[in-house]
Amino acid sequence: MSPEELDQIAETERQAQLGFKHRVNVCVAAGCVSCQSEGVKQAIEKDVARRGMGADCEVKGVGCMGLCAQGPLVSTSAGVLYQKVAIEDAPAVVESLLAGPDPRLLCKTDVPFFQAQKKIVLENCGVIDPERIEDYIAAGGYTALMRALGELTAAQVIEEVTKSGLRGRGGAGYPTGLKWSTVSKAVGERKYVICNADEGDPGAFMDRSVLESDPHRVLEGMLIAAYAVGASEGYIYVRAEYPLAIKRLRIAIRHAERFGLLGNYISASRLSFHVDLRLGAGAFVCGEETALISSIEGKRGSPRPRPPYPAQEGLFGEPTLINNVETFANIAPIIRNGGEWYAQIGTEKSKGTKVFALAGSVTNTGLVEVPMGVTLRQIVYEMGGGPPEGRQFKAVQTGGPSGGCIPADFLDMPVDYENLAKVGSIMGSGGMIVMDETSCMVDVAKFFMDFCASESCGKCVPCRVGTYHMHRILDAITERTATAQDLAQLQELCDLLKNTSLCGLGQSAPNPVLSTLRYFESEYQAHIEQHVCPAGVCGKLEEALHG
Amino acid sequence: MAKAANIKTLKIDGRDVSARQNETILEVARENGIFIPTLCTLKGLSNVGACRLCLVEVKGTARLQPACVTRVEEAMEVTTNSERLQGYRRAILELLFTERNHVCAVCVSNGHCELQSLAQKLEITHVHFAYRYPEAEVDASHERFIVDHNRCILCTRCVRVCEEIEGAHTWDVMGRGIDAKVITDLNEPWGSSQTCTGCGKCVHVCPTGALSEKGKSVAEMLKRRQFLPYLTQMREEDRS
Repeated sequence: MSPEELDQIAETERQAQLGFKHRVNVCVAAGCVSCQSEGVKQAIEKDVARRGMGADCEVKGVGCMGLCAQGPLVSTSAGVLYQKVAIEDAPAVVESLLAGPDPRLLCKTDVPFFQAQKKIVLENCGVIDPERIEDYIAAGGYTALMRALGELTAAQVIEEVTKSGLRGRGGAGYPTGLKWSTVSKAVGERKYVICNADEGDPGAFMDRSVLESDPHRVLEGMLIAAYAVGASEGYIYVRAEYPLAIKRLRIAIRHAERFGLLGNYISASRLSFHVDLRLGAGAFVCGEETALISSIEGKRGSPRPRPPYPAQEGLFGEPTLINNVETFANIAPIIRNGGEWYAQIGTEKSKGTKVFALAGSVTNTGLVEVPMGVTLRQIVYEMGGGPPEGRQFKAVQTGGPSGGCIPADFLDMPVDYENLAKVGSIMGSGGMIVMDETSCMVDVAKFFMDFCASESCGKCVPCRVGTYHMHRILDAITERTATAQDLAQLQELCDLLKNTSLCGLGQSAPNPVLSTLRYFESEYQAHIEQHVCPAGVCGKLEEALHG
Repeated sequence: MAKAANIKTLKIDGRDVSARQNETILEVARENGIFIPTLCTLKGLSNVGACRLCLVEVKGTARLQPACVTRVEEAMEVTTNSERLQGYRRAILELLFTERNHVCAVCVSNGHCELQSLAQKLEITHVHFAYRYPEAEVDASHERFIVDHNRCILCTRCVRVCEEIEGAHTWDVMGRGIDAKVITDLNEPWGSSQTCTGCGKCVHVCPTGALSEKGKSVAEMLKRRQFLPYLTQMREEDRS
């Protein structure tokens, strides 16, 4: 595949698309599929055929449009978005192509949820058909790879990524350019590129949406990375709980191979790169890079001490670059538009955009991509619409089981890596769970500790036994049988796990407890001293049982 | 000059010591008679850094470093026994005591147990976390050996010696978190294991009474592990 051939494919595809007078895009990402969007798509196709509009109207399955709460979502070439489209609504949707928007199904798009977004990672989501490589190419796909191979040296690619200021989107925020440069300098018989798609935080679904909606973007990012660091083999480690993402990745890999975009001497350059999938078997700890590598090697997925870092000794003992899905998804735009362009977006130390998955007590559940540095209030209230009618905002949880709960006092804080860390949480992979007055913060802490205890691999003592005891104490607090000594012991364990655990899972497991203790200590006290749960959550079940 | 660069000088607990560049903090400390508690590490086996007892403070790094896997560096300043470290070590040992059922008075390894002697050395007089009292199995199906999961601390020495030295890989770990346990083959009775060679290395590297020989009563199980350094040394000589 040469750049000219790529242009040719893009042009042919664009012409073919221009041949249609109308277009109906139906979301076929997991959120909408779960409410029968595939049936909706079929019904629309049938109705189009019935009216004999087959030659004029293209019905396309596309990726996530973001507003998952209102699915199934359908957009048309008339520029309107329809929400909660049922199978029976198919004729109305097709009719509206000729007769004008149907107000009954209309979803307002001139609202902050859509307008305040800045789409880089999600630019193709909801626009292209994730199962057709031609559609990705028509949208400018693989031009960044061609630019890298044809115009830039490996060192220049790394320089662009470094200039962009991009930091790892998996959670810790390690500078991507620095990681690439380390791997490129490492010496080994061969090098590997791994894409970490083992997204496991409760309430987080950014990576899944990207993989389901635009899988080639991730492949292109990996290819550019492989060229930059000198890798010849790649793995995408994706959790088995994402069957649709797996299916689309498999299709994407097959198409890319057929088009000569994966394989030997890509575009007549010195780059040879092969990608394979490895499926995670449902262990959260396998999102930790050394555990993930172990798992790919066919061993038990448990972490090992670092150093040596994977950049020096990774998969099969060779230098390995490991980045998250969203990190790779940022690469093509950076190479296409230059690192300086990317560095203009965001704050001083956190550049670019971040995709957040809004969930919990918020009106607009879904996926948003915003520039770094917008405030929590903008995300939760303006875009998310705040908690539903009659509910009161209490806290927002970011960073999953490794993160913390941020109270209303910090709503006006700009969101970036440093600020979130300052208030006791982390950026994490981008899950945001909004909680209202009906959530008990001790109960929330217990939920996450239960998660950590059951996801601990059991290798190191503090995490294996410590998470058990912390969960036991939190359970006693919610049962309102705990004492002040128990609370002191809980704090002692927080300090122990944070400082002595082997990997990130154990080191960050206390965060949900520490942050709720910091901002909602009175709730802990109420459970312990007055034996009441202020939110009325704890003990509800027994009361219901025993009247 | 090139040869001299392979030697590092550093400070451990204020003492100037020298080391070869590939040595770990733990190795250098031991050479110099400085005590750092460990349970999972054993000379001759790979290091896993799992017990977290050997964590030490290294000046200039915020995180505590496991001495068993951290290599020495020029001008490093290591503290092995601060009050903070002692507190963590005692807490970790206490957690181990609460995890399973460690009843020294009836244990075959009473008096020869690494867990017990470390607890004595670190002056643990009581355990302030609640005991779990789990129901754990005893497998006495092997004709010569017994595994008592009540006494296992999951150091995985048995797993490593079986894989790395004997080459049988009979032992491994199954389950996660607090439910993790060592198993033989695919969680089959030890006695019907197809891979076990009956060499007994696992029994002798086990720091507690979890693995023992049949016929031993309370306090009678002495572990002989002098063989390990010789075996690894012979292998290394073989290779070179």
